[in-house]
Amino acid sequence: MIGQLALALPAAAQENGAPEAGAKVMLIGYLARQEDPRTPLSFLEPVATDEGLQGARLALADNNTTGVFLKQSYRLVEQVLPQDDDISAGLKALADEGVRFVVADLPADALLAAADRPEAKSMLLFNARATDDALRNEQCRANVLHTAPSRRMLADALAQYLAWKKWTRWSVLTGRDSGDALYAEAVRRAAKRFGSKIVVEKSWTFDTGNRRTDTGVTTIQSDIPLATQGPDYDVLVVADEAGDFGDYLDGRTWYPRPVAGTQGLTATAWSRVNEQWGGTQLQSRFEKLAGRWMTPRDYAAWLAVRSVGEAAARTNATGFDDLTGYLRSPDFELAGFKGEALSFRAWDGQMRQPILIAGPRMLVSVSPQEGFLHPVTPLDTLGDDAPESKCRLNR
Amino acid sequence: MRFLLSCTLLLLAGPVLVAEPVLAETIFVSNEKDNQIAVIDGDSLQIKNKIKVGRRPRGITLSGDGTQLYVCVGDDNRIDVVDIASGKIVHTLPSGPDPELFVLSPDGKKLYVANENDNMVTVIDVAERKAIGNIQVGVEPEGMGISPDGKILVNTSETTNMAHFIDTEKHSVVGNVLVDSRPRVARFTDDGKQVWVSSEIGGTVSVIDAAALKVIKKIRFEVTGVRREAIQAVGIQMTKDGKRAFVALGPANRIAEIDTDSLEVKRYFLVGQRVWNLAFSPDEKRLYTTNGISNDLSVIDLERNKVIKSISVGGAPWGIVVKP
Repeated sequence: MIGQLALALPAAAQENGAPEAGAKVMLIGYLARQEDPRTPLSFLEPVATDEGLQGARLALADNNTTGVFLKQSYRLVEQVLPQDDDISAGLKALADEGVRFVVADLPADALLAAADRPEAKSMLLFNARATDDALRNEQCRANVLHTAPSRRMLADALAQYLAWKKWTRWSVLTGRDSGDALYAEAVRRAAKRFGSKIVVEKSWTFDTGNRRTDTGVTTIQSDIPLATQGPDYDVLVVADEAGDFGDYLDGRTWYPRPVAGTQGLTATAWSRVNEQWGGTQLQSRFEKLAGRWMTPRDYAAWLAVRSVGEAAARTNATGFDDLTGYLRSPDFELAGFKGEALSFRAWDGQMRQPILIAGPRMLVSVSPQEGFLHPVTPLDTLGDDAPESKCRLNR
Repeated sequence: MRFLLSCTLLLLAGPVLVAEPVLAETIFVSNEKDNQIAVIDGDSLQIKNKIKVGRRPRGITLSGDGTQLYVCVGDDNRIDVVDIASGKIVHTLPSGPDPELFVLSPDGKKLYVANENDNMVTVIDVAERKAIGNIQVGVEPEGMGISPDGKILVNTSETTNMAHFIDTEKHSVVGNVLVDSRPRVARFTDDGKQVWVSSEIGGTVSVIDAAALKVIKKIRFEVTGVRREAIQAVGIQMTKDGKRAFVALGPANRIAEIDTDSLEVKRYFLVGQRVWNLAFSPDEKRLYTTNGISNDLSVIDLERNKVIKSISVGGAPWGIVVKP
């Protein structure tokens, strides 16, 4: 493709991604640590070893395509540290190169460690990974914006849809990871907010093992009815963020009830099943680049890099203060293939965005649902609204 | 209206019924879900025919001589050419990947096509049936407008958020104007002095001075009882005298009429759900709109300023063109 274009067109505008002569080069950092590849239980899903990074790369290419017309150019400085390496070394390396915008594809503790480094004081970090509610509340930081949705946003989005369905009696099944407990906490809060009742809560205590272990279906087939026995409910809400067991539930539960939450009917920032609102283009651009589907983590990184590009295009500036000021202002809006403009909440730096309600193979709905009203924007019915936020930053 | 007029003719001149087909326009609607073009008789407002075309037809326009239809069939990466008399596809044009919208040069010789997936505009020689050039533009090119003299092409790019002004001789970008998020449609005024660009996510229409390449006005919309996010500007049409302009507002289910002198909204028409595009009858007494979710066509009487009818046309109507 690129070759064909280069033949047809002589000017500098043809090579996407290549800085144009005389253009200002904006640096955007990508900070992550190597991890074991995420191996989904389902064989239909790709095993991804470069989640997040590919989203950032795609947005960089998008920024550069636009930048050609504005004499702006972007370079992604990738810092992927070895597993368990100290995050501050990576942040310092970015700072030494002059990077001030950083996509942090990190879990909460590493994100905070990075944000609290002295070098980070003159940086803006985009949390493109951690869904922790504490990061938007007690632990919020002035130098962090969040493009990943919070657990509360996800749980609220699901709760609104289940309320619309009138599936208001929930059984909650929680996995062993600390994140699962936090997800379950957000689910409890959402149930209260949107009028559902948790009739029973259980913990998942069975081993599931490797997805290729050839035990037939016998173990899991007898374990799951046991785990889901008890009082009757409308929907089984599962909290299994790592995907250790949740995909096994559907079709095996004690009662013939649907599964929702982290598996089954899933509230998520992005999913391959979405091709609404021009999503076709984003999905196909991503697949061409990465050779696999775009995950929510890729999407959050894409949003972060595109946010910088959008701010630079709108302000026609490349200065750090100009761009950060604009990013946080009510004028900022980013088109994110979800039918309406995305922007950052002033009180906690969270990007407000519609949340997809996705089935394993089809898009089911999108929240906020019609009828959940808000004086400013229905998007703020998802997650922490200004009055309830515990983030105390002087913005 | 038509009935009245025919009667008058009869009274005055006796058997002049042959003159009647003056008003009998034909409306063509692309149904993106059905992969069909609905053919509607402008007189009876009844569907006369449905023409099967390639997958996901959206952009639709008439050939220079008015005998053929060009239809962008995005999922088949081509343009179908339909002979109107026979209602059959006679050949296809190589559009480049995923064509959505296009515009025909005023002399009818070239088609300019937006290829959404490849950040480029493809130029097709209609007679030769081949691509004769392409122009690199921003991310996700979409809307296409052409100046009345055919010299300047305007393409909008949905993720770059610009209107790219392209010299059609040199096939090169000569200017770029930033507009609000997700620009969809670009349309020149008939005097060639302005370009109107609708922004779907931004919910505005930017009126651009075509010589200065500056936005001279951003038209905003406000509909009581409709949340701001649902106001998503898409299709634009203007009367030949340049006095009345109409903008489709997507999921707001409204058409806005704009006074082209003051550039202020004059009124809103309530039409079907998720209105995409619109077209005038040849006498400009009617405006037809395609409503993607309610699967119908709304008919607006522009003399009485009233929505007078809706016609069920098929699955997800999108593009529309009217043949006199």
